[in-house]
Amino acid sequence: MRRILAVLLENEAGALSRVIGLFAQRNYNIETLTVAPTEDATLSRVTIVTEGGDEKIEQITKHLHRLIEVVKVQDLSEADHVERELMFIKVRAEGAGRAEVKRTSDIFRGQIVDVTSDAYTVQLTGASDKLDAFVRALGKATVLEVVRSGVSGISRGDKVLSA
Amino acid sequence: MTEMLSGAEMLVRALQDEGVEYLFGYPGGAALHIYDALFKQQRVEHILVRHEQAATHMADGYARATGKPGVVLVTSGPGATNAVTGLATAYMDSTPIVVISGQVPTNQIGTDAFQETDMIGVSRPVVKHSFLVKDCAEIPETVKKAFHIATTGRPGPVVIDVPKDTTDPDVTAPYLYPASVSMRSYKPAVKGNARQIRKAAAALVKARRPVIYTGGGVIQGDAWKVLTRIVRRLGFPVTNTLMGLGGVPGDDERFIGMLGMHGTYEANMAMHHADLIMAVGARFDDRVTNNPATFCPDATIIHIDVDPASISKIIAADIPIVGHVRSVLDGLERALDAEFARAPELPDEKAVAAWWNRIRKWRAAYGLDHDLSLDGNGIVLPQQVIQSLYRVTGGDAYVTSDVGQHQMFAAQYYRFPEGRRWINSGGLGTMGFGLPAAMGVQFAYPKATVACVTGEGSFMMNMQELSTCLQYGLPIKIVCVNNQALGMVKQWQDMQYGGRLSQSTYSDSLPDFKTLVEAFGHVGFRVETPGDLHEAMRETFSPALKDKLVFLDAWVDPDEHVYPMAIKGGSMRDMYLDKITTSQQGDYM
Repeated sequence: MRRILAVLLENEAGALSRVIGLFAQRNYNIETLTVAPTEDATLSRVTIVTEGGDEKIEQITKHLHRLIEVVKVQDLSEADHVERELMFIKVRAEGAGRAEVKRTSDIFRGQIVDVTSDAYTVQLTGASDKLDAFVRALGKATVLEVVRSGVSGISRGDKVLSA
Repeated sequence: MTEMLSGAEMLVRALQDEGVEYLFGYPGGAALHIYDALFKQQRVEHILVRHEQAATHMADGYARATGKPGVVLVTSGPGATNAVTGLATAYMDSTPIVVISGQVPTNQIGTDAFQETDMIGVSRPVVKHSFLVKDCAEIPETVKKAFHIATTGRPGPVVIDVPKDTTDPDVTAPYLYPASVSMRSYKPAVKGNARQIRKAAAALVKARRPVIYTGGGVIQGDAWKVLTRIVRRLGFPVTNTLMGLGGVPGDDERFIGMLGMHGTYEANMAMHHADLIMAVGARFDDRVTNNPATFCPDATIIHIDVDPASISKIIAADIPIVGHVRSVLDGLERALDAEFARAPELPDEKAVAAWWNRIRKWRAAYGLDHDLSLDGNGIVLPQQVIQSLYRVTGGDAYVTSDVGQHQMFAAQYYRFPEGRRWINSGGLGTMGFGLPAAMGVQFAYPKATVACVTGEGSFMMNMQELSTCLQYGLPIKIVCVNNQALGMVKQWQDMQYGGRLSQSTYSDSLPDFKTLVEAFGHVGFRVETPGDLHEAMRETFSPALKDKLVFLDAWVDPDEHVYPMAIKGGSMRDMYLDKITTSQQGDYM
């Protein structure tokens, strides 16, 4: 099962390496990882997408809590939440295919953020499966380069993750 | 007015303010400012070791015997990496040590400078936490945090990596040692949940085939007294893990021996057939459970531990209780009083008596023989060495051990009266641990009898410390169970690899240990028969040699195996009982 963990972390040198090290050491998988400081500059927020059943996620959560610099851990996928990922994708756009790429991008509400005579760079945000669907929808068009930000997420409603 | 001190002076002053008695260490370039500050004071005694690994084991032995943190000082690069085995040893057994490592100056970090190692990175998987000092002004608070983290919650090793420029004698800052620290991200649980404790008490009094299974948490948590009271009050059988020996007195009638891979027949059988298991400060290690899928099929599991991550990691707990073991057991004792007041007919004495009858039958059939004769001219059995040690010391020694067959025999045959008496590397299984650990214990308790049970293989991994022992006059008694082979490796090769002894023997090239220790300025004996063994053991511990380090080299049968031994992949009842008999699937009784 795909899970999204949100981790509040002391914004200190080396703290992130402990989180990543824990996943490697205990043989847990990281699918995506995002990290940036929060409105409180002393705290970073990490979002990790991983795979695992309830027992495994419980163990990961407990082990994360053992790290001295981890302040809070929340399994976002446990309840209603919003998740988004950002993708830039550079696609060959020549001849007849050029219009097709533009049409597909419009359907997915992508924005073309850079244009050359033979390529478009499309920016797309959404849940991860929407980004996957877009790549599939491009079909025969030649994908030149893809970069994805990894998932960021936040719970819906009044629930707040804070120190 | 606050004093202005250099980083090096602050570091040393902070250790003084933390009440540190001994600093086990070895100097080198990046640590020289600190060594200069040490030179100018008397309160912290520096112990000059011969290898940094040994320094960490000494600090560890000191910590295990006293409950106080052990402290180490090493230089950067090789000094730091040599300390890593000791950090990993302390991490696996959750002991509080603080390792201060010198580091190259901040402006050289990352340049592959001379003796540079990324100590924070290298040690990260084997420490509870680590700090890299960025400015000398941080030192007091960093030291305070390091000791706080090392000693609270589930204890563990902490590293403070100190770049040389932060200890520069020409740069000073105001020194004030904080009385306490508070960290928003680190607040270990102390008290257990009262409702869970009541639930545990209610389950205990209703048990018909109970076993109390206790581990190192009882020792680290100084909880053996309350545990013993609870065990006696309930009248239930109790078994200890390798790390938990001394959790109840080894000669208590309720004690059914160690459990697990080389646990007693009765302890493992009782675990398998139990209807209730209360695990206290234990972590269901693979050396205990054998195959977790077939572990104790009928048992309700109560699990008490300070570390939430240990609970339901291997075996799901029915009644989990997170908290400091002593605090939880104190609560449990009161909860049991309430249970007894409400239902005086409990526990079901008839059922428990019938349970004890089964356990006694198991013990009578295949229990350890604690009455080995200690005379005659035959070949010495390794078990006899431990028996002799136990009789001569009257159970009143601190016993450290190395790793291998001798460790298992010591765990099986020496009966410890209380916690903190048995000191061994259980989790990591570090050969070379025994001698330096014994030194740490002897520093902590200069007048106590400290015995190091070792094997000739393990001993040779840290024997350079014999020189340190002479320097500081440590009268350790080293009992070497010399089977002329890497005994545990050989046992596995005998049993599982068709007797192909790949790289486990070296009998033609062993040193004469008697002469060897004499060259280091100590006393040595060598014995080859049981009669001589017991006589030499008496002499080793005699008042005449009270102030000397004595090495007793006891040559034993190289073909003896440790039994019982768990059958791999089976449940706890599946054991080899000797070279011919196995208990598998079928119940003996």
